[in-house]
This record gives sequence, C-alpha cells and structure tokens, in this order.
Amino acid sequence: MDRVLNGFSERLATAGLAWEKDILFLALDDAVLASDPNHPDREVLEQALLALQPGALACIRPAEPYATILAFFLEQRPQVLAPRDSETRLFLHDLPVASEFSAQALVQGLKNRKGMVLPGPRLAALGPLTPEQAFVTLSSLCFAVFVLFFSDYLEDLRAGRATPEQRAAFARAASFLPPVRTDRPGLVQGPFDGPAQVCAAMAQAGRATVDFGLVDSAFGNVSALLDRTVWISQTGSSLDLLEGDLVACALDGSSCEALTASSELPAHAGIYAAAPATRCILHGHPKFAVTLSLDCDRPDCPDRGQCHLRCPAKRTAGGAIIVPGETGSGACGICHTLPPALRGGNAAIVLGHGLFATGRRDFNEAFAALLGTENACREEYFQRVRDLGG
Amino acid sequence: MHGPCSLLTADLGSRTCGVLRLPEETLRLFPGGRGLAGHLLRPSAHLPWDHPDMPVLVLAGPLSGTEAPCSSRCHLVSRSPLTRAFGDDAVGGGLGLELARAGFLGVLLTGKSPAPLGLEIHDGHARLVDAAALHGKTTDQVFAALADWGSAACVGPAAEHGVRFASVQVDRLFSAGRCGLGLCLAAKGLKYLAVSGSGAVPVHDPKGLAAARADIERLFHASPVLRGPQGFGRFGTAALLDLTQSRSMIPTENFRHTRCPGIERCNAPALAARFGFQPAACPDCPIGCVQQDGHGRALPGIEALSQFTALLGLVDPDLAVEALDLCGKLGLDPVSAAGSLAAWAEVTNQKPTAWTVLNLLEDMALGHGDGALLGQGAQRLAQELKRPEAAMTVKGLELSAFDPRGACGLALGYAVSTRGACPWRALSLGHELLRKPVPTERFSWSGKARMVKLGEDALAAAESLPVCRLTLFAAGLEEYAKALAAVTGVPATAQDLARLGKRVVYQERLINAALGFSAGDDDLPGRFFREPGDPGQGFETPPLDRAAFLEARARYYRVRGLDHNGLPVRDKAEELGLTWTVS
Repeated sequence: MDRVLNGFSERLATAGLAWEKDILFLALDDAVLASDPNHPDREVLEQALLALQPGALACIRPAEPYATILAFFLEQRPQVLAPRDSETRLFLHDLPVASEFSAQALVQGLKNRKGMVLPGPRLAALGPLTPEQAFVTLSSLCFAVFVLFFSDYLEDLRAGRATPEQRAAFARAASFLPPVRTDRPGLVQGPFDGPAQVCAAMAQAGRATVDFGLVDSAFGNVSALLDRTVWISQTGSSLDLLEGDLVACALDGSSCEALTASSELPAHAGIYAAAPATRCILHGHPKFAVTLSLDCDRPDCPDRGQCHLRCPAKRTAGGAIIVPGETGSGACGICHTLPPALRGGNAAIVLGHGLFATGRRDFNEAFAALLGTENACREEYFQRVRDLGG
Repeated sequence: MHGPCSLLTADLGSRTCGVLRLPEETLRLFPGGRGLAGHLLRPSAHLPWDHPDMPVLVLAGPLSGTEAPCSSRCHLVSRSPLTRAFGDDAVGGGLGLELARAGFLGVLLTGKSPAPLGLEIHDGHARLVDAAALHGKTTDQVFAALADWGSAACVGPAAEHGVRFASVQVDRLFSAGRCGLGLCLAAKGLKYLAVSGSGAVPVHDPKGLAAARADIERLFHASPVLRGPQGFGRFGTAALLDLTQSRSMIPTENFRHTRCPGIERCNAPALAARFGFQPAACPDCPIGCVQQDGHGRALPGIEALSQFTALLGLVDPDLAVEALDLCGKLGLDPVSAAGSLAAWAEVTNQKPTAWTVLNLLEDMALGHGDGALLGQGAQRLAQELKRPEAAMTVKGLELSAFDPRGACGLALGYAVSTRGACPWRALSLGHELLRKPVPTERFSWSGKARMVKLGEDALAAAESLPVCRLTLFAAGLEEYAKALAAVTGVPATAQDLARLGKRVVYQERLINAALGFSAGDDDLPGRFFREPGDPGQGFETPPLDRAAFLEARARYYRVRGLDHNGLPVRDKAEELGLTWTVS
C-alpha cells in the first residue's frame, strides 16, 4: 500500500499539480498508512481520517498557478466555490471552503463532499473507497479552480467588475502558465493493420495527450475504429497508462464487453456513424478550450445557468464549434450533440467539458487538431482579455 | 419526522391487525428498510424460524413513495429457514411505494394461522381474509386474482411444501428469493399480501428533492453500467455474463470450472434477439433493469441466467428463461434451486438435461421424489448424500453467478456476509469487475478488508432507505443523503448514512452471534482454496491463497470492530447506539 500511495504522489508531482514534498496521502485499512509519515500536515489529516473513516484522505499544497488562484479565492472568504465545468457538476457538485486548516474543518467539509479548499492554500480530497479516488478528485479540483478563475476573470472584465486584487492575481497566475507547445509527437502512422497496432497507437496517443498537458491522467478517453469494432479506453483508466486498459466493442452489438468502456462510448460510436471517414478520436480537457467555452456575452440569455444542457447559440472557440451536452447517454447527452458537430470538422468543444478531435487515418491528425485548437483558444482568451482592458 | 412512522401489525393467530407507532428515537437510529427490520427482529431472533412469535417484516422506508430514484422497493427480514441466521432480501416492484401511500412504513407479521390467509391493506385500513381458495395455487394464479390491487406479494406451492429457499414473489416479475423468506410467510399461514395506497407521501423540501434526483439521474446517465448502450437499462444484469466469461469467473458445473464454452449463445444480446426485451421496470425507475418477453415472462438477470446455464453445464437459453419462469410461478429462489441441482448433479455424477431440470424444479416445489431433498438446499442435500464438500454455500446459502477465485474482495465479501453467500453485499463487483467507482486489482487482497467493510456499510444504508443496490454503481451516499434530507427536513450527510450502514451490519452481526455464528461460519467452501479456476486470455485463475484469505478476514474483523472470532464487542455495539444483549 505504501508503494501505491507514493505512486499517486509521484503522479500528482509529474502532472505539475504539486511538489512531492507538499503531497500527503493517508490510507486506512486496519491501521493508518501515510505516503510521507513525517509530513507536517499528518496529524491534522489523520485526525480527520479517523473521524471520517473513508478508505483514504489526501491533501496537497498545490503548485503554481493553482496556489495563486486558491489564495485569491480564499481572500474572498466564500463558503463554497461553484465551478461550472462538467466534472464538478457531475461528481463534486461544489467545493466547500474552510477558513482554517484543522481536523474539524476537514470533517465538516468532507462529510458530504469529495473535495474541498483550505487555507495554506491547500486542497483536500476524500477517497471513500481507495486512494485513487482521492488522486482523481485532487486532479479534478485543480482543473475546476483553474477554469473557474480564468472564466470568472473574463466574465468580470466584461461586466466591468474586475477588482485590482483580481487583476493582480490574474497577472501572477498567467505568469506561471507553461509555454505554448507547438511541437508534435511522432505518433504511429495509420492505417492500422490489426488490434495490436491499434492498441499500441491508442496508448501512445493517450500518453502524448497527458504529456502535452491537454488532459490530466485521470480524465479523457481515446478510441479507434478497426473493421466493425470500436477500441476504446475503459472507464476509470489513466490516459497515460492505457496498456491493457482498452476494450473492444463490437458495433454489431453481439457482446456486452462494452460494459466497462468509457462512459463516452455512445458519443464515440455516434461520431464514427456520422463521419464515416473517421478512424480515431482523441478526447482531452484542455484548459483554455474549456474556459473559453464558458465565456458568454449574453448575460440576459433565458437559458443562463442551463448553457451546458441547451445553449442555443452557434459559437466557436479556437476555430472549433462549441456544443452543449452532458456525459453519457441521457436526453441531453453529448451522444446527441457531438456527432453532428464533427460531421464537417475534426474538432469540437463540449461546453464546460473538453475537446474531441478526430483523425481520418491515425492519431497524428487528431492530436494536431487537439493541440492546435487549444493553442488557438489560449491565444483567443488572452486577446479577449486584452480587448476588455484586462 | 415526515412520512409514515407507523407499522401495520398483523397477528395471524388471532386474525387481528393493529398499528404500531414507532418512537422517534428508533426511527433516528433505523429510518426504515433493512436496518429497522433487523431492529424489530432482534428481540425475537433467538426463536426458531417457524415459531409463532418469530416476526416476518416487510418494510418500506423514508424515501418510499417519493420522487427519490429507485425507491419503490421493500426489504423483507426474518430468521432464515435455510441458514438459521439473519435472513433478508430486497425486492423490487411497487410494494414499498403502495405501503407508503397507504400510510405505513411497513408490516410486522406474527402468529400462525392453521388456514391460509391474505392480508389486504387499503389506505390505512387492513384486514386478514380467508385465502383457502388460493392454497396450492401458483403465484401467477394468485396475481391474476389480485389484479385490482396496487401491488401484491405472495408465496407459491414451494413455500407450502416446505422448500427452505421458497421465495416471496412481488408484482409477478419480482422476487425476494434469498434466504427462504417465502417459507417464513407460509409458516405463518399467509398466502398473500395486497396493498393499495392513494395518499401522497409528504416531502419537506420538494425543490431540494428534485435537485437531488437530478444529481442522481445525471450520474446514472453517465454510467456505462446502468445507462450505457450495453448496460443494465437495456439488457438487465444479464449484461454481466460476457464479463464473467471473459474474466474466467463464471461458475460452471458446480464451480468445478470457471469458463463455459459456448455461453455466448446465452448472453444478453442473444437473449434479446431470441425473446425480445420489453422493459418491466419498478415504478418510476430510471434504470430499468427488469425485462420481460412478449409472453410476459421475466427474462433472467445475471444470477438466474448463469445458474441455469453454466452452473449446470448447460448452454440453453430456452432453459434459462423457462426455468426462471417456473421458479417464479412455483415460488422458488432460482439461485438456491440451481445451486442445489448443481450439487446434486455432482454428487450423483449425473449430467442434467433441460428436461430433468424443469421436472426437478417442479418436484422440489411439490416435495416429490428427489425434489424433497433438493428443496432442503445444497448444504443439507450434500450432507445427506455424504458429500458435504459438494455444497457451494456460505452459512448454508448457495453462491451465485460470480466465482470467488476471480476476485479477492468478492471472495471475502461472500465469506463475511451476514446472510450467507451474496455477491452484491459488499459491492466488490463494482470496483473489481465494473471499475466503479474506480478499478481495483481483482487478484489482490491489498486494501480489500476495508473495501468490503465500506461496501457493506454503503449497501446496508441504501437498503435502509430503501433504494436499489444498483444505484450504488453510479451514485453514492452523498447524493442520497441530499434526497433524504429533502424528504425528512432533517440534515443528513454521507457520513451519517455510512454510520447508519455500520450500525445495521453490526446489528446483524449481533443477531448472528446470539445464534451461535462465528468465524468458522465466515468461510468459503474448500474447493476455492484447493482447485484452480480455468485460465483466461493471458492470465491464470489460481486457487485462493488460504493464508491471505485468513489474514484479510482477520483484518476485516479489526476494521469492523469485531473480536478475533468475528464476534461483536460491547464497546463497539454501544458506540453505534446498539444495546448489548448478546449471550
């Protein structure tokens, strides 16, 4: 178990979400296990762990720009943060904010939520069953506060209410952004000649997507069409560790093996049906594409608050069309909105969620569309900020 | 407290009905369903299962009759005639919904009538009526006679002939099959229970409940297992068959193998193509896992499907459907019936055929020939035939569609389950097979003791509201706590529900301990430690490591707050608000 906990610490550090010394994972079996037994937060965290009795509890002092973002939010003293990205809506609901770092504050915040914000600044996350859940939630929290901060700033500029403190925090956070990447990974070239090559190409594409910062390891998905079978990453898989975590879903419906497929399988299958030349799909959560998708200049829109379900406007960002839709196969599912959007192009942004990019031959084209759209969205975001005097 | 707070009491000996108003403190500790039923059973749990004073409880809960998703169901509890331990089962259909609308949290049955009776409940009123005309009738005949009621439950000929795994059928297609609760009802002389309610269940915060419902349904839609193109909403739990086969954990020929050649001819898409799936879900269920064919026959879920095919070494989709239909009409638990048949086939070295299976099911229900012994369950049958090792049971309850060699958490969950072998009880299938909420390594014992304990707590809490166990493959206690708080007006958190679950499981441990159950009963059949399963594609299925199992079980006991022998301790019981009366 120690090895497992340290593995999650390493993965958070590799993703740039926190320095390894600022990460603490605790797990509870019949005794408490710690990724770093001498960590200064251990005592407080352990008290909360024993009070809450989950499988695991983790806490980080995030790296920049998250530290700046959280420090700004903490200054506002809200009781909760309510990010509008889809992961938060679906799984986290909202993020409690504590005014002190104590076991009591952790228990209060986490007895009904999976993750929270604390002074430090810190982020804490529960693993109701396993440490991996805490790892996934910490990734979600970082993504959620990033998107919230940058989208709020644009909205506040547009409304003329951006404060000096907010402008300062924005400048500081922006200074910590990694440089724009314009290079390309050399991915396996298609057409693919069999399942083994497909699986290798998918694993390689998934890893590159994470390496380029276009998605955190625990999110996104990838698929390829070979004959009448969609190969897709399984639900709960790590996009940079896909070897052995892919499942073949026969489009003739002769088997239920797809029960463990990504929850986006209906959308992927719909895209292959709507755009028959498509051979592979890459789905990431690039931050500026998601942030821009939330930027709306119609504050009096009657669908305000329901944009992620039924935004009626035809909008684009970074050259890609923006569509509403929720994860999965419900009436407002992206399986209904994405396929038509990708009939005529190779990239589409799901509002508040992420970016889907397609390739007609292999993942090189899909990756280029994913990265190119994100870079364009980043440029467009800062242009909008400048245009609004930010 | 919002909603019904009273139980309908029915004494079948004196043919009298009454109303028992439950103290608020009781409802605070045990809001309904499985937990409240266990609480009400406990004072009498030491009695023989067929003693007139042994209660049978049919309980709804605080979410029954509301818009909370998957809350129309009921929980049945008594002492099991099959295992002699705490016996319970959840059942779908509309019984919980109608009870709540009729103004009751549930029904407490005591006494014993020499002649068959029916209990009829209509909007706060109840009466026991003569049911002699329905004695011996199959359940479909009983349901036909009760067609005007909102919901009905009944027993079939199997219960009337003393089958220890007789089921209680609800609304024709739903079954409380495990633990022989049908025999408990028959022992009281109750043939049926019919309920119609027209009242509205009060909700403290309708907007809050609507928001909670939206959160839960959003998670259902995002779940490939529940609402995906090949999920339970389309194919029922039969969708799992392809996974148990590819993971080499499909019990085959009484667990002598773990892969079944040709089983794809019986998988869910094959059944759908052959029989046509028509939804027959519980009222207002957004999952919709129950399906029927064009003749109104229930189509098998994973347990009945796997038991009546691979477990018996038969690959015959027609048999699976016909056998399940017959079990429903006769009032037999398909899991135990097939488990007993599989043990019988191994002991007698016979290869069953579809014809023998269907005939023996009928013989079981009527107590004819070999059927009389088969109707006692696999454990008693194997003992009687001097081959006790052929009984694939835990605490006398037959294992079902998932071989424990295929997943360590599943194995531990089977062993420590308070009602005997149950693959659902610890929710291990979620993370070990379905990758929800996160995937775990199925061949590893690491962390599994606590995961089993946490899964047991979560399910016990859900079944005390009560809501369907399948909800927990997508939503969690966090979302249902929000629904509960909206309904009752009393703040509730996921942590509160987890604590409720702990209390409920510990209470069942107290009951079982008082009945003499201990660590020796928290064990699996020796086969799983001696014999490997079949290899899968790129992996072996070794026998379970006995030492690792015992270490995990000891760890589970520590995590659960039990002593080294699996017995409850006073401090822990009192910490959970339970009285200490174990002897």
